[in-house]
Amino acid sequence: MDTPAHGHPPAHGLAHAPAHGGHNLTGFVIFLCSESLIFLAFFAAYITYRMSAPVWRPAGVEGLEVREPLLYTLILVSSSLVIWLAERALQRGRLGAFRGWWLLTMVMGSIFVFGQAQEWAKLPFGPQSGVFGASFYLLTGFHGLHVITGILLMGLMLVRSFQPGNYDNGEAGVVSVSLFWHFVDVIWILLFLLLYAWQR
Amino acid sequence: MKPDPQMSPSSVFDPRVLKAPHPVPGAPDNWRRFFGFNTDAKVIGIQYIALALFFLLVGGLLAMIMRGELLTPPSDLVDPTVYNGLYTMHGTVMLFLFLFPILNGFNNLLIPPMIGAPDMAFPRLNAAAFWIVPVFGVVLMASFLVPGGPSSSGWWAYPPVSTQNPLNHFINGQFLWILAVALSGVSSIMGAVNFCTTILRMRAPGMTLFRMPIFCWTALAAQAIQLGGLPVLTAGAVMLLFDLSFGTSFFRPEGGGDPMLYQHFFWFYSHPAVYVMVLPVFGIFSELFPVYARKPLFGYHVVALASFGITFLSLIVWVHHMFTSGTPQWMRNVFMVTTMLIAVPTGIKVFAWLATLWRGKIRLSTPMLFALGGLFNFIFAGITGVMLATVPVDIHVGNTYFVVGHFHTVIFSTITFGVFAGIYHWFPKFTGKMYYEGLGKLHFLLTFIGAQLNFLPMHWAGLMGMPRRVASYDPEFAFANVLASLGAFLLGVATIPFLLNMVSSWVRGPRAPANPWGAIGLEWLLPSPPPAENFEHDVPTVISGPYGYGLGKPLVDDQERYVARSQEA
Repeated sequence: MDTPAHGHPPAHGLAHAPAHGGHNLTGFVIFLCSESLIFLAFFAAYITYRMSAPVWRPAGVEGLEVREPLLYTLILVSSSLVIWLAERALQRGRLGAFRGWWLLTMVMGSIFVFGQAQEWAKLPFGPQSGVFGASFYLLTGFHGLHVITGILLMGLMLVRSFQPGNYDNGEAGVVSVSLFWHFVDVIWILLFLLLYAWQR
Repeated sequence: MKPDPQMSPSSVFDPRVLKAPHPVPGAPDNWRRFFGFNTDAKVIGIQYIALALFFLLVGGLLAMIMRGELLTPPSDLVDPTVYNGLYTMHGTVMLFLFLFPILNGFNNLLIPPMIGAPDMAFPRLNAAAFWIVPVFGVVLMASFLVPGGPSSSGWWAYPPVSTQNPLNHFINGQFLWILAVALSGVSSIMGAVNFCTTILRMRAPGMTLFRMPIFCWTALAAQAIQLGGLPVLTAGAVMLLFDLSFGTSFFRPEGGGDPMLYQHFFWFYSHPAVYVMVLPVFGIFSELFPVYARKPLFGYHVVALASFGITFLSLIVWVHHMFTSGTPQWMRNVFMVTTMLIAVPTGIKVFAWLATLWRGKIRLSTPMLFALGGLFNFIFAGITGVMLATVPVDIHVGNTYFVVGHFHTVIFSTITFGVFAGIYHWFPKFTGKMYYEGLGKLHFLLTFIGAQLNFLPMHWAGLMGMPRRVASYDPEFAFANVLASLGAFLLGVATIPFLLNMVSSWVRGPRAPANPWGAIGLEWLLPSPPPAENFEHDVPTVISGPYGYGLGKPLVDDQERYVARSQEA
């Protein structure tokens, strides 16, 4: 086994934490890796159904309208850029700019959720219309829950930004939420490709 | 915790470290903290273990009712439908409410002191993860009270059986089962994030990955499986819930769904889940054999890395549960090979343990007896496991008691033996009291005989063709079943000396020294029981590996000081 003579000197081990809770980002990244696997499982289910279901779309359903979802997709994906601007503003200590960009991200996320709800209301099929309907609502609904969660977390971070001394111990909360938002965006891009682009 | 006003004034060390010797065990503020929301990993660990032992009794009672039914060939003691509910609940309780919680209890107790951390990385998350367990325990138990009784689709809950809701109640046994499993998943993921972060980020200075005790390696490997596998089961459970309660047809063939997909989702997690349970037990074996054989662990690096070999392979074997589910031949062959490959890393561990024991000064105290018994049973279970991996054998015995016997030899005769070994080994450390050796040996003797009597005849009945999951059977299997039932009742009796020992020795057992076994490891440099934050600000610097038995090398810098302090407290 290792002795100090060869390999790692004793002081090389990861520094002992002076206090609890200094590892939020590590924990959050581990959680996100795990969470992404739920989506991967749903994707696998969707692809299996798409490839092998005896009946795919319910009778009378030609396919999904792409234009409006594409618009909302562009809004959601560009919000990833906006949240990056917010994060950068915070790193440079410009709290006002941070709050502005952060709020804009929340607004863009809300527009996306609104668009999704409108699409759901207009669709000619429900979750009980075969595996096509079930998996469409499952995937968009589960993703939508994540978008709403992201907006709520952003609201929490916004409120906290008004507390004095909030960033004395680093910005792990903001960094985590921002990471979560990028995650939600990447998942949506994959979902858009699976649900809307892969129709034929 | 309140500082003790009677702290010895002569202490020469950092007073912050010595401020809190635990109150006398049995004093009110000592036991009350186990019943409330507490963020101390050592309290949470004991909460997990106590709750899990309660559910061991519940699950054991269900098993004994089943074995009572199986004493005679016809279905006479309970209704066949009730019998289906009994084995469903027995499996679910034992896995989700006994084994997962008790191993999380070990993780809580052992990981922070073993790596020199004061607590887990996220103490509040840790406590929340624990308190979900009694909640879903109640949810699961409540399913005995709802119309139609508990879920009776087995712990695997295959559709179409699990998507039936004949009484058309929204709250039915199957619904509560899915809810309980989903809550268990949430708790396990919270735990997994916590354990991984703690091991990766909070190790003592000098504690490199390759100086960690094997228990920490196996815990990390097991939690990696949780993180990689549980989300897939959760996905399957969500879809099952929608099928059961909201009229979708993910798994309903009549609506274009695919019931096989559920089986894939279920086994993608639930096969590796066995490794989530067995890996920490491999860790316990690796901790115990060097202590009680007085020799360094043979092949430390290989044993450590083999844990991750098991993690990786365990995620690509799941289809062996579906050899008779219409799986194409090429797929069966692939998964037969991957399944057999798992015997390589596990075999490496077994041979490393045997080499550790070889010519050691073996001391047969209760923990060692359970560890040796567990190893003995595991070799048997490993051989029947490779037999079952073989497609032709599996097709022949897949739906028989052979599988039941194999599975219980893994889950009880190996994993639960390892759990008992760990409980006895670390009991003095975390309660500050010695257990009674005589009662411990009696517990081992009854458990070992009971386990063989219970599970060996199942293999035999299975090879002769006795189908599983049914309440009645052909009279030709009667003898094997009588033996198995007697074994089950003996296992029930065996818990009496165990519980008696735990309770009476904790309340009035002799005080335990800091290191009763002469073991090497950071946890043994702490007083028994350890103070709330372990080493607090005076964390030792690790300078050598964890199993230097007979090598005469100190584990940490300035070891004498830590030893003296642990004995003084």
